[in-house]
Amino acid sequence: MNFKSAVLAVTAVSTLLGSAAIAQTPMEQFVPVLVYRTGAYAPNGIPWANGFVDYLKLINERDGGINGVKLTFEECETAYATDKGVECYERLKGKGPTGATAFNPLSTGVTFAISDKAPVDKVPIFTTGYGRSESVNGSVFQWNFPLMGTYWTGADILVQHVSSKGSLKGKKIALVYHDSPFGKEPIPVMEEHAKKHGFELVKLPVTHPGLEQKATWLQVRQQKPDYVFLWGWGAMNSTAIKEAIAVGYPRLQMYGVWWSAAEQDTQPAEAAAKGYNGLAFQHSSERDNIVHKDMAKNVYAKNKGTAGNVKDVGGVLYNRGMISAMLVVEAVRTAQTKYGKKPMTGEQVRWGAENLNIDNARIKAMGFEGILQPIKTSCNDHEGARKARIHTWDGKGWSYTSDWYEADMKMLRPMIDAQAAKYAADKKITPVNCAKTG
Amino acid sequence: MFYRENGQFKTRYIDDQALLPIAQDRWFMVALLAVVFLVIPFFASEYLFRAILIPFLILALAAVGLNLLVGYCGQISLGTGAFMMVGAYAAFNIATRIPELNILLVFALAGLISTVAGMFFGIPSLRIKGLYLAVATLAAQFFCDWLFSRVKWFTNDSSSGSVSAPAVTMFGFPIESPLAKYLFVLSLVVFFSLVAKNLVRSHIGRSWMATRDMDVAAEIIGIRPVFAKLSAFAVSSFIVGVAGALWGFVHLGSWEPAAFDVNRSFSLLFMVIIGGLGSILGSFLGAAFIVLLPIVLTQIPHWFGIPISTATGAHLEAMIFGALIVFFLIVEPHGLARLWAVAKDKLRLWPFPH
Repeated sequence: MNFKSAVLAVTAVSTLLGSAAIAQTPMEQFVPVLVYRTGAYAPNGIPWANGFVDYLKLINERDGGINGVKLTFEECETAYATDKGVECYERLKGKGPTGATAFNPLSTGVTFAISDKAPVDKVPIFTTGYGRSESVNGSVFQWNFPLMGTYWTGADILVQHVSSKGSLKGKKIALVYHDSPFGKEPIPVMEEHAKKHGFELVKLPVTHPGLEQKATWLQVRQQKPDYVFLWGWGAMNSTAIKEAIAVGYPRLQMYGVWWSAAEQDTQPAEAAAKGYNGLAFQHSSERDNIVHKDMAKNVYAKNKGTAGNVKDVGGVLYNRGMISAMLVVEAVRTAQTKYGKKPMTGEQVRWGAENLNIDNARIKAMGFEGILQPIKTSCNDHEGARKARIHTWDGKGWSYTSDWYEADMKMLRPMIDAQAAKYAADKKITPVNCAKTG
Repeated sequence: MFYRENGQFKTRYIDDQALLPIAQDRWFMVALLAVVFLVIPFFASEYLFRAILIPFLILALAAVGLNLLVGYCGQISLGTGAFMMVGAYAAFNIATRIPELNILLVFALAGLISTVAGMFFGIPSLRIKGLYLAVATLAAQFFCDWLFSRVKWFTNDSSSGSVSAPAVTMFGFPIESPLAKYLFVLSLVVFFSLVAKNLVRSHIGRSWMATRDMDVAAEIIGIRPVFAKLSAFAVSSFIVGVAGALWGFVHLGSWEPAAFDVNRSFSLLFMVIIGGLGSILGSFLGAAFIVLLPIVLTQIPHWFGIPISTATGAHLEAMIFGALIVFFLIVEPHGLARLWAVAKDKLRLWPFPH
């Protein structure tokens, strides 16, 4: 008896390190939130985190949770560092009555590191608009969900847009990229396009954190590319725009991927950034949708908002955080249709994410009309939607300057499948047969 | 009273030269090994293994390697991250190209490749000293960063430049569960610590220390500085390379050069300085300080249920951590290992001092 209680005490103490001393009630769904509110990427990490957390709060405040299951969450600071991200993942994966719902690492490095661990721990990874491009192939990457587009989708759409302005034959496109897996991801697609369209691709890497880019832009000035694609994140973006202004590179010919197309990137240069283009991945900086009004009424009016001011609701990255959280919530909701209205385990959420079907009616019901396109995932397609527009900075805000584009899957899909097959061979994974699971 | 060696008579030279000459130390070490090998595996949670113990042990191993170079031989190096990187990428290339090789052999070969890199970048140490050498070794850091992110052969043509380690198995037994990983890393760390401890007691270690204390005098009494300095670089890079391979294979699983960037070199150097230059124990204490303290600091508000924003928490962590480094360096400039030695000294008489 005594020995038993001693053993229990020791185990309790050792597990205390892993879990907060908060009593959990069963009707709760725990959502881990990996954020970076400090470091070189904080300017972009903060609005994303605010949007994500605010949406979870909104679901609790407005709807009383997902079918009565309250959402709980805990933030963990990663500072965009891979090892800290892994520590956060380990800390949060087992929390809550059913474990972590899904991870949104918001870092390609962390995504790569936890992709091997997630299948063992049975926790899905949502990488809304980033992550491994080949993880679109859900038969190999069962636990990864690069929802609403990948870097390859983005690169393809950017090339589509510039080629619509005139043939690219003999032209020159410079890719100014963050020298990390994040920045290198689009290169295979860009190279493929360079062959297809006959343009020259100039690759200009910028080392982390990207505050020193004088040499890079000197090369841009020497080489005079017809277009510059900016593949940066955090402080690197605003630095790049300022350097472009310094060397006199026309902003009209600059295109940022969606991680380089937020207010935080253009505002430091204010009016001088006018004409700078970015990829608007379904949404831009809309502020007056029903969901934003609900947010103001249900969360900010009660003084429960995460951002300092209700004015921060909206904005490109805030919306992106909100949509990322919405996808987690919808995956749980979808899973509940199959498994019952109770907290879902990671495995059940994975099923929900694989069977997401957010149609126009659902988008309207959620208040996302106008900033979201229908998303439908399947075992074979973990991306769900691959549409984007171009938006342009007018000195004060973003406005759309193109129609919808859709990524050319005829070209991308064979590349995705080839990369996924290579990964499966390296890791000795047997792909699931999607025809059977349906 | 607790630490008196009265009555422990050494009648043979072999007793006098033992690894741990005092009986209390021997018992303490036996008890410690029993706890880490037999007790912790039964009680530690998965989080404790994966997020705390494994990274702590691997970085402690790297710190032991660096301490041989900086603490024992006096050659300041800022290239530790680079040598870890060489070890990790070498192990990756060997393991993916020759998959049938035993993992221990893979790590040993990776260590050897890291040794060659370490000796190559150690050559400037024959002509320059101190801070100048630190700057020269920094070149290793930038060169390796460039090499592994630019030359595609090393990353097996990975499109994103990130590599993913193959599964680790030893004699057909998969090292997958947190417990298996922990025991694997722990065994290697214990083995290398023992090797390091014995090396520094041998003539090689004494030649390192003589070089550190005064290289001209060392040369006059017959120590070849070329041999002393390069052997320190070689042994240090071997251990650091193995630690790098472990960091990639066992801890991260997949990585990019940024996992071994210059910050890693700095944090390892700080571990050695805070833990205690020229002390194997100090490497462990320093690694514990640098690895564990920030994690504990971020979690303290959660344990007490204090609502604190993530950003404030992260800033507080950095401030308290910085303040503690300053505090310890003022109180004991010789590092935590020296504090431990002082404590042992006091315990000889405590609680009945003169």
